[in-house]
Amino acid sequence: MSQDLAPLAEVGASGAPVRSYLRLVARRFRGHKVAVAALVVLVLLAGLAVFVNVMSPYEANPIPLTPEILGEAREQPTWDHIFGTDKLGRDMFTRSLVGLQKSLQIGFGVAIVSVLIGVVIGSLAGYYRGWIDALLMRFTDLILVLPALAVLIILASTPEPSFFGLFDFPPATTVTGMVIVISVLGWMPMARIVRGEFLSLREKEFVDAARAAGASGPRIIVRHLLPNAVGPIVVFGTLEVGLAILTEATLSFLGLGIQLPKISLGNLIADAEGTVGTDLAYLVIFPGLILFLIVLCVNFIGDGLRDALDPRAVR
Amino acid sequence: MLRYIGRRLVASALVLLVASALIFVLVRAFGPDPAEARCRYSRSKAACMQEQREFLGLNESLPEQYFRFMGDFLQGDWGNSQRTDRSVAESVGDDLWESSQLAFWGVLVSVGLAVAIGGYSARKPYSKGDSLFTGLAFAGISMPTFWFGLITIHYLTGGLKDMLGTTEPIFYSIPNPVGSGPLEYARELTLPVLVLSVQLVAGWSRYQRSSMLDELHNDYIRTARAKGLSERRVVWKHGLRNSISPLVTVVALDFGGLFGGLIITERVFSRPGMGTLVLDAAISGDTQVLIPWMFVTGAIIILFNLLADVLYGVLDPRVRVA
Repeated sequence: MSQDLAPLAEVGASGAPVRSYLRLVARRFRGHKVAVAALVVLVLLAGLAVFVNVMSPYEANPIPLTPEILGEAREQPTWDHIFGTDKLGRDMFTRSLVGLQKSLQIGFGVAIVSVLIGVVIGSLAGYYRGWIDALLMRFTDLILVLPALAVLIILASTPEPSFFGLFDFPPATTVTGMVIVISVLGWMPMARIVRGEFLSLREKEFVDAARAAGASGPRIIVRHLLPNAVGPIVVFGTLEVGLAILTEATLSFLGLGIQLPKISLGNLIADAEGTVGTDLAYLVIFPGLILFLIVLCVNFIGDGLRDALDPRAVR
Repeated sequence: MLRYIGRRLVASALVLLVASALIFVLVRAFGPDPAEARCRYSRSKAACMQEQREFLGLNESLPEQYFRFMGDFLQGDWGNSQRTDRSVAESVGDDLWESSQLAFWGVLVSVGLAVAIGGYSARKPYSKGDSLFTGLAFAGISMPTFWFGLITIHYLTGGLKDMLGTTEPIFYSIPNPVGSGPLEYARELTLPVLVLSVQLVAGWSRYQRSSMLDELHNDYIRTARAKGLSERRVVWKHGLRNSISPLVTVVALDFGGLFGGLIITERVFSRPGMGTLVLDAAISGDTQVLIPWMFVTGAIIILFNLLADVLYGVLDPRVRVA
């Protein structure tokens, strides 16, 4: 039955037939020039970060530090070392890309985990309403009242985190630990968005039809409601990647996240903080520029996706 | 109106109560272990931990600990810092004063800029100026605050000094090295306020743009134009008045984020304040400071949310009924 109806639904706003929803979204996204450019830059940077070990002639943490490496210490940016070298002669571009690798791992990890938590809580609240909704949403509001960065600092400062010794978590000095810590405070907007979508979707006729056909609550949520809320979920997930990257860098800068010699963009900048005001300040400027650029790209892509996925947008 | 305020007051007090319990459990369960922090350098760690746990009352059940802590807290006995042995109430008082100055100027500057930018962009949507501000807003929300702070120190203290050839920097990167008075105060606070404002202006100006844009489509704006009011009066009096109340709410709701900004800004500019206090306490596992700190900031955030609700009611009488 749904196949018979499909062609009707897939006629684009301009009247020209569009083969599928994904194609429509892709076409709309391509119209957003800045987002496309951001996507290109992001893919390039991410590619460099992923393949840095293969492509870079330098090592991020060369062991041992040979006299040749040490002899190149504190070199200003040149074509050989486009971000210069640090106080031990290590190539800053390679180190920044390794940091970016961690940023991306944590960014996507946090986005996935917080979307999952947020979708579960938001779905339950939005579909079942009543006391479940009240309880979950008051809880969400409560967490939103807490000063987020301070809570993150407290969570991240625990060397051996555990729940009253019952079960242990990886500490925030690891990528997994960092993902857990940031996700704990990252899901609330998602829960609110999904709840809002569900509150209006659950009154639609197709949900009544599914219910009349005998579908269970979980089935309606997964098969009928979630696919219709995919737009806002994807947009939030994208923006959360950027936010998580910034949060991780901030915590590592404050000395609470990834610790040297393991590299993150935040601790690279913290390590070189003393060079601010000297002509070695490129050690701070370049890693930060990479960080800024990657988050900027993610935010522009999120904006493009928002326009492309919005069913009400006319384009 | 009084009933409306009363209802909000009761609700806020309830939230504060539940939040305090949540904070207590959060810090005790997931935060640093105060006994471990005290015994970090002890030779017989196990014995020391045992002794300190007994001494700090950590062996009691969590509700017992909470009620004892709350009892002392409400009577004004906030204990002493484990790290510095200074009275927690005293340091929170001092640091709150330091931070409020920074926060006050930061919020004032940010709201001013956000209203100006939002109003301009809404009057000329999709113009070159609007696109520029949109780009800047994206840059602002994508900006790592700590890095922006370091960059401003690099370029606007030493860099600017070299460029102008003055003997000392125009803006300071640390609190008040010499002298006092309004000029010194401004030189000291300019850069921290700038850094604190970047993320706030970026978010708030976008918000103000869209709410102003919505407002300018309304009939009463057309009426105001039709009766011959100047464009400036239409936008900045009629439009602004109606679009400002949503912004007030957003500003108040962002107070939690403001504390995050304070933590970073104070760290970068080596300023004393609430941010420095919580950062030092967390790193040294000083839960004696962490819990009161969280209570106080939680209370401030809830207070500002309440204030926003009340202000919203004042600015928009329709809300009071709901």
